[in-house]
Amino acid sequence: MNVRIPTPLRSYTGQAKSVEASGGTVAEVLFDLDRQFSGLRFRVVDEQGRLRQHMKVFVNADMVRDLATAVCDTDEITLMQALSGGCGDTGRLPLS
Amino acid sequence: MDDKSGHLGPTVFHSDDLGASWTEATRPPAFRTGERLERSLKAVFWLTPGHADEPGVWYAGGSPQGLFASHDGGATWDPVDGWNDHPMWETWAEWPDQNTPDGSMLHSINIDPRDPTHMYIGLSSGGVFETTDGGGDWRPLNKGCDSPMLPETEPEFGHDPHCVRVHPLRPDRLYQQNHCGIYRMERADARWVRVGTNMPSDIGDIGFPIELHPRDPDTAWVFPMDGTDVWPRTSPDGRPAAYITRDAGASWTRCDGGLPSRAWFTVKRQAMTVDHGVDVGVYFGTTSGEIWASTDEGTTWRCIAAHLPEIYSVEYADLHPSLR
Repeated sequence: MNVRIPTPLRSYTGQAKSVEASGGTVAEVLFDLDRQFSGLRFRVVDEQGRLRQHMKVFVNADMVRDLATAVCDTDEITLMQALSGGCGDTGRLPLS
Repeated sequence: MDDKSGHLGPTVFHSDDLGASWTEATRPPAFRTGERLERSLKAVFWLTPGHADEPGVWYAGGSPQGLFASHDGGATWDPVDGWNDHPMWETWAEWPDQNTPDGSMLHSINIDPRDPTHMYIGLSSGGVFETTDGGGDWRPLNKGCDSPMLPETEPEFGHDPHCVRVHPLRPDRLYQQNHCGIYRMERADARWVRVGTNMPSDIGDIGFPIELHPRDPDTAWVFPMDGTDVWPRTSPDGRPAAYITRDAGASWTRCDGGLPSRAWFTVKRQAMTVDHGVDVGVYFGTTSGEIWASTDEGTTWRCIAAHLPEIYSVEYADLHPSLR
């Protein structure tokens, strides 16, 4: 299936905007992406397999948070980075 | 170079060409998948090279307060299980609370130059901790530190060290800039002594970095911050200055030659460093994006870079002339 890659992750895909990946669930697709583009999965999910706070996954037009969501070859997955902040924990390193 | 984008999670990059190009770790620092506490690393905050006898070894401290090690120059990282899974970790790190603004972190990884298995670390919040078996077991080392925010009169842990340094030539002498003052410890005494009480009372002894003279264990620099009432974390009274002690904290001298007469600098805990010159060079960076340098041990300063982003860390590298 086709997976659309957001600009912050294109350094892992050789600047490709979309790539092909396979799997029966979103989680399996992410593992396949990491097999092809090492390091990409850890930018989407943390070490406990939780979707990172500012990463969004769409299956076709539907946003999913459950990585066990089933997908098929005709689906299109879109990884999207939600932008936020200006303050808080959106990138600042600790001060005190 | 550690990184936390805020959106993509933490990682580490390394460069072998003076920063011209950077390579991301193929296995960045992370807690173990499926571990009991289900921790995920939010930031890599501190990087320290390993002992001189262990080339390629690096240590990383994170937020929350995890410790990680690399044995291949930063390409791959593993958790230091003796620390991260220590039975007291949840208590020492006040897990799952994150009481430090922007998140509690592990910092100030110091390795005894005589023994690579002897290390000190600092936790904010948590205190100073020591291992003598290469990270397998740890114990708190906070006696003597003030902790007015804690209910006990002399708690073993729960303190807030901002920066801990071990003198390279006298490794049984430690200095600490704490949330609650400036301290020195002679390791045999196992007790911190608040030498910051010798600072001028109108300046106080609050700040973030403390830097040591590379050859003289009695000489150190600090950069005081306003730690009164609401803790603005800027130069006291808007008059920036470093302070130097040449007698192990018994007395302190103001160093503000060339610095602005009115400015509200904030200097973070990793944003001050020294070189190894005959007259030691001292450098600091500000959150407002300026780097200041002194080539006469702090007596006079000049701004050597401005209009940079917020500065988290300043390090000195002594380059071979062919690389300059």
